[in-house]
Amino acid sequence: MLHSTDIATQPVWTILENVMDPEVPVLSVLDLGIVRQVSVNGNEVQVTITPTYTGCPAMDTIKASIQMELLAAGYSPVSVKQVLSPAWTTDWMSEEGKRKLKEYGIAPPNPKQQVCHQHLFAVDEGVQCPHCQSWHTRRISEFGSTACKALYQCNDCKEPFDYFKCH
Amino acid sequence: MFLVNYTLHLADDTLLLGHRNSEWCGHGPVLEQDIAITNISLDLIGQARNFYQYAALLKNDGSTEDTFAYTRDIREFKNCLLTELPNGDWAQTILRQFLFSNYQYLLYEQLQHGHDQQLAAIAAKALKEVTYHLRWSSEWVIRLGDGTEESHRRMEQAIAEIWGYTGEMFIPASYELEANTNGIAPDLKTLEAPWLQKVNEIFTAASLSAFAKATADKTYMHKGGKQGNHTEYMGYVLAELQFMQRAYPGAEW
Repeated sequence: MLHSTDIATQPVWTILENVMDPEVPVLSVLDLGIVRQVSVNGNEVQVTITPTYTGCPAMDTIKASIQMELLAAGYSPVSVKQVLSPAWTTDWMSEEGKRKLKEYGIAPPNPKQQVCHQHLFAVDEGVQCPHCQSWHTRRISEFGSTACKALYQCNDCKEPFDYFKCH
Repeated sequence: MFLVNYTLHLADDTLLLGHRNSEWCGHGPVLEQDIAITNISLDLIGQARNFYQYAALLKNDGSTEDTFAYTRDIREFKNCLLTELPNGDWAQTILRQFLFSNYQYLLYEQLQHGHDQQLAAIAAKALKEVTYHLRWSSEWVIRLGDGTEESHRRMEQAIAEIWGYTGEMFIPASYELEANTNGIAPDLKTLEAPWLQKVNEIFTAASLSAFAKATADKTYMHKGGKQGNHTEYMGYVLAELQFMQRAYPGAEW
């Protein structure tokens, strides 16, 4: 895991488990791996997060949600700081998060990063259909409904599905 | 001061190209590619926000990302002319994306190791997205250039139309020279050869190299955008981009 916990920060981490990504509401901010640091000083909390994609419009909502939850739990003042480095990667997504994504109908990112190369017309990544578990799927588009997803279709059950692409 | 200007230049390039690409929203040739180009817009505008936020921090005079984007006038924008040109048809949009992503990739690859921590962090983050844009646009240049007679003709037309705006990317403005001297940014001259090599590789695969060579030999290279001297198109872009904040200053929703 990325974070170290101690007796002061533990309750904050527990609260963050319930702050969900507005675009993919089964994933918490911890599942996504965007919380980089938590520091607590008495009642004061600072949470450091990093964006998934630079243009992700969900980041402002996520910041506000983190603040709301922690204020409701009695912490004050609460600040949410955004850092860019090191850059977020899908490697930071928890195994639990990947399981939840799949149950939700979105294929989770493959363990190995595959989109950050320059090979043209590369063979489609093997992505398992989250509905019927077939590996017999094809990519329809490298870009999907949000910056973090690509569009796939299953050749067996014919269902189209989103793939949370490696990044 | 050079650092503010350099950061604004990086921001303006990404804002203008992001805005131009966003004009395709709902008008793409097929749904998947409409979504692709608007996703690229989102990435570019996200990068612009990061640069503007940093420029605001550096300037420390009450400027914000919004005042930079919405209340500066034409002469204050420092983007390359290439990014402000009209979209033309799909071929021209694709070609520009390829030419710019190719440059952006080489630039950010160096910038991420530069001495300015925040610019390096933004570049490292954005590089992952740019890699994706470059691959996607390269594939489309090949698909269209090597596709049907009409798609090939349109790619040639696109080259003729915008090649003259590519030279500016490699001619450094004073703030780029200073950024280079201070170990923040690369020497733009060193990016030109690998950029051309990639262009040649993709144009060869797209059956466009002979035409591109002939065009390059007789094309005058336009410049001035980095110093705030823009094309006639720029005013129209800003009129649309800035309308709301000009009509209702400070409006929020």
